[in-house]
Amino acid sequence: MTLNNETVETAENQIAFKEETLKEVGRVVAQYPEGMQKSALIRVLHLAQAEFGWLSVPVMDYVARLLHVNPVEVYEVATFYSMYDTKPAGKVKLEVCRTGPCMIEGAERIVKYIEDKLGIKDGETTSDGLFTLKTVECLGACGYAPMLQAGEKYHEHLTEAKIDELIETYRANPVANYMGMES
Amino acid sequence: MARKLLLENVHIEGINTYDVYRKNGGYRSVEKALKTMSPEDVVEEVKKSGLRGRGGAGFPTGMKWSFIAKPDGVPRHLLCNADESEPGTFKDRYLMEKIPHLLIEGMILSSFALGANQSYIYIRGEYMYVLRILEKAIAEAYANGWLGKNILGSGFDMELSVAPGAGAYICGEETALIESLEGKRGNPRMKPPFPAVKGLWQRPTVVNNVETIAAVVPIVNEGGDAYAQIGIGRSTGTKLISASGNINKPGVYEIEMNITVEEFLYSDTYCGGIKNGKKLKACVPGGSSVPILPHYLVCKTAAGQDRLMTYESLSDGGFATGSMLGSGGFIVYDEDQCIVRNTWNFARFYHHESCGQCSPCREGTGWMEKVLHRLEYGHGKMEDIDLLWDIQRKIEGNTICPLGDAAAWPVAAAIRHFREEFEWHVNEPKACLDRNYGLVAEKIFEPATA
Repeated sequence: MTLNNETVETAENQIAFKEETLKEVGRVVAQYPEGMQKSALIRVLHLAQAEFGWLSVPVMDYVARLLHVNPVEVYEVATFYSMYDTKPAGKVKLEVCRTGPCMIEGAERIVKYIEDKLGIKDGETTSDGLFTLKTVECLGACGYAPMLQAGEKYHEHLTEAKIDELIETYRANPVANYMGMES
Repeated sequence: MARKLLLENVHIEGINTYDVYRKNGGYRSVEKALKTMSPEDVVEEVKKSGLRGRGGAGFPTGMKWSFIAKPDGVPRHLLCNADESEPGTFKDRYLMEKIPHLLIEGMILSSFALGANQSYIYIRGEYMYVLRILEKAIAEAYANGWLGKNILGSGFDMELSVAPGAGAYICGEETALIESLEGKRGNPRMKPPFPAVKGLWQRPTVVNNVETIAAVVPIVNEGGDAYAQIGIGRSTGTKLISASGNINKPGVYEIEMNITVEEFLYSDTYCGGIKNGKKLKACVPGGSSVPILPHYLVCKTAAGQDRLMTYESLSDGGFATGSMLGSGGFIVYDEDQCIVRNTWNFARFYHHESCGQCSPCREGTGWMEKVLHRLEYGHGKMEDIDLLWDIQRKIEGNTICPLGDAAAWPVAAAIRHFREEFEWHVNEPKACLDRNYGLVAEKIFEPATA
């Protein structure tokens, strides 16, 4: 299958993957039999979110054309899975696990501490657009609780001091690799 | 000394790389299978081993494999379920991160046994860093001739790749996983047809958990009979247990399925006892879906026998006084934990993760969350406890997939064993906000008379 790399024009800009991302899309699509390229959709949406920041309608339309599927097939997937943002998010998402074992180990305290420190509530983004705080369900780190995920990285055995350090590090360099190309 | 079959080499420096893995005996099962065995021989060894699915359901793997349809000219697929999302479970992540080639080796054996030439590892999206580890290991396996065309000159071709999810517990259910791998929402399918007949792209498909597939490696190396020697009864071999909660040594442990729960919980080899010298209040032995056990039913069965870390012993007494081994997510609660709060937390989880396809689950999980929330925050009424019981009963068994059951069981078990604590929340709406109920009253279990 050939990728249909037709750009989507919006009022502000043109939406199209970088060359290297397109190459990665091609590699992923090739993992599936001819005609089954829709199987690549979930991974391609991760790439799109990493490159464009969030999944706007024009971004989803671009992905739909790229993979020869209907736009609605992309919308329904993008809105189903919790890792996709269909609204703009901060540069660094702090995703704190709040389920069972993490709760026992103080996840609620961790969330409260981040809320107070950044002056935002769960689900909100700081006014400078740097941080989004999000509580999420079990991330499979129960034995190393409490924990949060930032980009692809797991931060475990969290303490207030560790959070201070983490936030300082990201403030200085607000880059987290979001499931896109390998960094 | 307990034997380890999966994690024996996990602490060797560099075992995540091909060279070190190979030097320590890696891939010799593939040589053995492809050079000296037929696919049927591999299936036979797995049947003999008594291996049961390690993802939670415990279905015999060899039997599952023998159900796969083999219509002429239709490709078959093996999918590895690495969606690991059951709260309390983190063993697959550990295995894939530390010793990724073990899973790849198991994938080759299992694909060979099933006659699958194109296999996939479906991994939850949050484990993206693990996906990168697996992709690197797969590239090494290709480079060394363990994947690709005509492996070891056997005529067997196999392609293997990894596909991520994007945050959905439901995709651990095998038909939802297949939907997701087809690039769709993770809505479970009606069965029949079963995946073994019509799975991925309507082709015959087998879905197995990471640990199940990894266990095929020692089974082929040492033979199914040798594997079946380990463990007790129909619980053969070793099991990875993810231990978390109020214990001294949380982590992933490989156990032979013959030790007692007491040994696992209190010995320094494993959990090392309850943290801070506290007392045990309760335990969820197999991941959030399985019934919670009050302290007096954790180490002993209702009949007073030692409870073992096996499928049979953990479910001894049915749901009245037992639980399940499930995925091996062993969550321990000390005397300071609140059962109502914990049950509310799990109910919220299942509400969040319900795919919304079946009304009993879509509506029931949200309703249970709301009722539990008001009980926990001192606004509950006594009728709410019976209401909860009624809702969970109407969800269980009335949905396409087992998520409905998984949401119902923890609520039912909490009320069954900790009703007094729920009532205390109703009777003491102020006190329940400041402090916890503590330990359930010491009581001696009296078996119900038939």
